[in-house]
Amino acid sequence: MSEELLVTARSNALIDPSLHIWTWEVAMYLFMGGLTAGIMIIAALMTVRDKDQVAPYAATRLALLAPIVLSLGMTTLFLDLEHKLFVYRFYTSFQITSPMSWGAWILIVVYPISILQILSTLRIGYPSLASFVDRVTIGQLVTDWCERYRREIAFAVIPFAVALGIYTGILLSAFGARPFWNSGVLGLLFLVSGMSTAAALVVLLARQKSEKEMFTGLDLVLIFAEIALVALSLISLASGSGQHIEALQSVMGGSYTLEFWVLFVGIGLLIPAVLEILEISGVSKSLAMLAPVLVLIGGYALRQVVLDAGQESTWTNYSTQYNSELLQRLPQSD
Amino acid sequence: MTRYAMVIDTKTCIGCGDCVVACKTENKVPDGLNRDWVVEATRGTYPDLTTEFRSERCNHCSNATCVTLCPTGASHHWNDTNIVLVDADKCTGCKACIAACPYDARLVMHPDGYIDKCTFCHHRVEKGLDPACVSSCPTRCMHFGSLDDPHSEVSRLLKSREYKVLVPETGNEPNVYYLI
Repeated sequence: MSEELLVTARSNALIDPSLHIWTWEVAMYLFMGGLTAGIMIIAALMTVRDKDQVAPYAATRLALLAPIVLSLGMTTLFLDLEHKLFVYRFYTSFQITSPMSWGAWILIVVYPISILQILSTLRIGYPSLASFVDRVTIGQLVTDWCERYRREIAFAVIPFAVALGIYTGILLSAFGARPFWNSGVLGLLFLVSGMSTAAALVVLLARQKSEKEMFTGLDLVLIFAEIALVALSLISLASGSGQHIEALQSVMGGSYTLEFWVLFVGIGLLIPAVLEILEISGVSKSLAMLAPVLVLIGGYALRQVVLDAGQESTWTNYSTQYNSELLQRLPQSD
Repeated sequence: MTRYAMVIDTKTCIGCGDCVVACKTENKVPDGLNRDWVVEATRGTYPDLTTEFRSERCNHCSNATCVTLCPTGASHHWNDTNIVLVDADKCTGCKACIAACPYDARLVMHPDGYIDKCTFCHHRVEKGLDPACVSSCPTRCMHFGSLDDPHSEVSRLLKSREYKVLVPETGNEPNVYYLI
């Protein structure tokens, strides 16, 4: 037997009895950050490959959602901060070893680039909105400029959007103290998941049949890539050191098994993959709208379950018999 | 980098918890929060049991992952020593350092929200005093000093006694030593 017991009180909020510092706010940000990256990459690729006719929604209208989704995500991220008034401190230094610092600066660069991307197709995609922008001379000039360099802007968008999509995974994988996150595949997994959720969003919002079909096909490819990456990350944990093997248990019979296999792998990956295959092969179209909704749910489930399982994984394991409720029984002094 | 270390003799520690009380008093740590704690580790099968008491806190790691992962530079090594401090004015409360610490030695200061931790009582160390926990230990099982000085008490103890650090596999190079 080996038992490590805390014999003095330690019930630090959010840390004891087990780490739970990050909850839905951070999971939602990770999801929305990935979705934004996917939106920007897909919109840019459609421009680069001249898909205005086949995929008008993705090529000319999708980009507008990027700053909206990203702002929602940053709002939930802000809600998570414990020392909110000091949020500006992210922008008074750059810490080269901290992926979170990289992320803060990537976000600052992504916003203006996203605006340029939107303006480059605004007149085609949103004529009424564009007429508002055109009323101001500077707006008209900038829009003209963006239209002229639409292709160049699209090329410039891709590296920054990829950085946005991948950094959240690298951020978590950099925590050596949390073995479940400590896998190099995580960055790529989050990027592919972000692109998959964005493709699903296009299927939901596009009107043209050819576009829906094209993105259903693309999403299916991305889902297969995601399944491969999930398998790789599980294999990397299973073949790691004792701490990694122990961390893997949280999704292999431990506390997050159901969320991981049912909500993420089942509802988020396998069922939409089957539905999309049925749709592409023409067997069944009745559930066409269900697949993209499930993909979006799966994208969030991935972030939530990875976040939770990672916080559960640890190098230290203390039992504690401290019960903070007993403190209430002490006579209160004034 | 000046390396300060704490050396704790598990053979003479009785787990009284005075170090915990001394820390709370010296550093005015609010109710319900703790910068240090005592662990009772029991091994074996009855009747062949061994017990070890360990007073634990931030390990003031030489390779501190909380410092490398802090996005704002709030977590830093103090005055080119291994003592890890948090600058509350730079801290956003993002909690990356809490996730980064393999020893779960950090806490969220309530109600303010910045991140707090053991400071090795650097305000006392500056004056040549021992940290509050060390100076209050009734069995004198705790020792503090510089590892750069080969004649310091901590250096001599580590030369003459068997010791361990907690989970060295993390690669963080912790500086709280336990004599075993």
